[in-house]
Amino acid sequence: MNSVLAAQTLLTAGDGGLDDHLSRYGRLPSLDGSQIVGLARDAELTGRGGGGFPMWRKLAAVAAAGTPAVVIANGAEGEPVSGKDRLLLTRKPHLVLDGLHLVALATGARAAHLYAPAALLPRLRESLAARGRAGLDKLPVTLTAAPDAFVSGEESAVASAIAGRGAVPADKRVRLVETGTLVQNVETLAHLALIARYGAGWFLSSGTFLATVSGAVARPSVVEARYGVPLGDLIGAAGGATENLRAVLVGGYHGGWVPADPALPVTREALAPFGAAPGAGVVVALPAHACGLVETAKITQYLAGQVAGQCGPCVNGLPRIAGTLADLAAGRPRPGLPGEAARLAALVTGRGACRHPDGTARLVLSAMRAFEADVAAHLNGRCLATGGRL
Amino acid sequence: MTRLHIDWTACDGRGLCTELLEEMLVEDEWGYPVSRDGTTEPVVPPPLEDAAKRAVDRCPMLALKLVRR
Repeated sequence: MNSVLAAQTLLTAGDGGLDDHLSRYGRLPSLDGSQIVGLARDAELTGRGGGGFPMWRKLAAVAAAGTPAVVIANGAEGEPVSGKDRLLLTRKPHLVLDGLHLVALATGARAAHLYAPAALLPRLRESLAARGRAGLDKLPVTLTAAPDAFVSGEESAVASAIAGRGAVPADKRVRLVETGTLVQNVETLAHLALIARYGAGWFLSSGTFLATVSGAVARPSVVEARYGVPLGDLIGAAGGATENLRAVLVGGYHGGWVPADPALPVTREALAPFGAAPGAGVVVALPAHACGLVETAKITQYLAGQVAGQCGPCVNGLPRIAGTLADLAAGRPRPGLPGEAARLAALVTGRGACRHPDGTARLVLSAMRAFEADVAAHLNGRCLATGGRL
Repeated sequence: MTRLHIDWTACDGRGLCTELLEEMLVEDEWGYPVSRDGTTEPVVPPPLEDAAKRAVDRCPMLALKLVRR
């Protein structure tokens, strides 16, 4: 067994039932709010929905907001190439619900919600009923269906959906935590449930993250590893690459392309030079026969189609970026295309209610760097991946 | 520090702010404001505070706010 699989703590076998959960992990220890915030801080637990923000800071801010807090477990997972939250909610729902219970205690919440894809709600309803019968949760948990859309999991979109408005992002003049609303990814909550039982020191030495590995691998799957795992080990845990790789997309559709270097450590620091970050743990292996520009153009087209439709620079800018990438990818080159892509990326960045334009821009800029030779070849009417003319 | 916040969900690109506050804002190719300094919430220099307040008051979509941070 390699080091990646040996690190499993969240993904150990489980039938998702409460009996299995209690026999495996036992009940939560009795903790007060400040102890829970302290554990999250000492464990250096960061959000696993993509942002990577320290959980304890959000907990402290929501607790200090001075309004009755609302806590929301976010399992929307709108990212098409991510599957870890769905797997976690299927296999270990009670760790997520334990975590939700803990953040409710930490913030003095009056309401707790679980937001997840509609297909998962019937089983989650059974999980909640089982906890009720066992007398586990003081605070009832309300289930809400997350629409299947890329931005539906963005935190202000989540809060909006829970409040009965549409699942679209809201303006951030007042930060969400200042309104007493905590939105936390379900994986982050599951980690907190383990930290409450085993301690912050345990998490610092043994804590993990979930990665969804897909693309040109033998067994596309969710794997569990520690930050710092070499990229090659993550791909190996998904059965290994099925052929030589051209590049790897890390961090999802808002992430960045990195070289297919098996030794590259999956950490914030090591990925930063490529404009990538571990994010929500999405890893997509691009085979050598595929063109990175074509792939990026497809993703950008998808992202442009997932615009919520509220913010002018995003509504107008993303289709323009997608069109520019499509021209570059499909051999309708103009000399100014790479510069135009870079200009548009800079133009939309920071100019939306959410980070959808920023994430799209980041992906495009990383593609222009990672596939620089391909860009030059495409401008000359040739494709390096196919070896032919465009 | 006073900063200019744009609520992009409200902004319709009417263009009043880029006229009233041309020292700070320009229009992009779709008519939406872009801060000249490239920041998301540009700092309002003290001499421009009155002009900024006017832009905030006159925005037909109420999309502009002054924030202290």
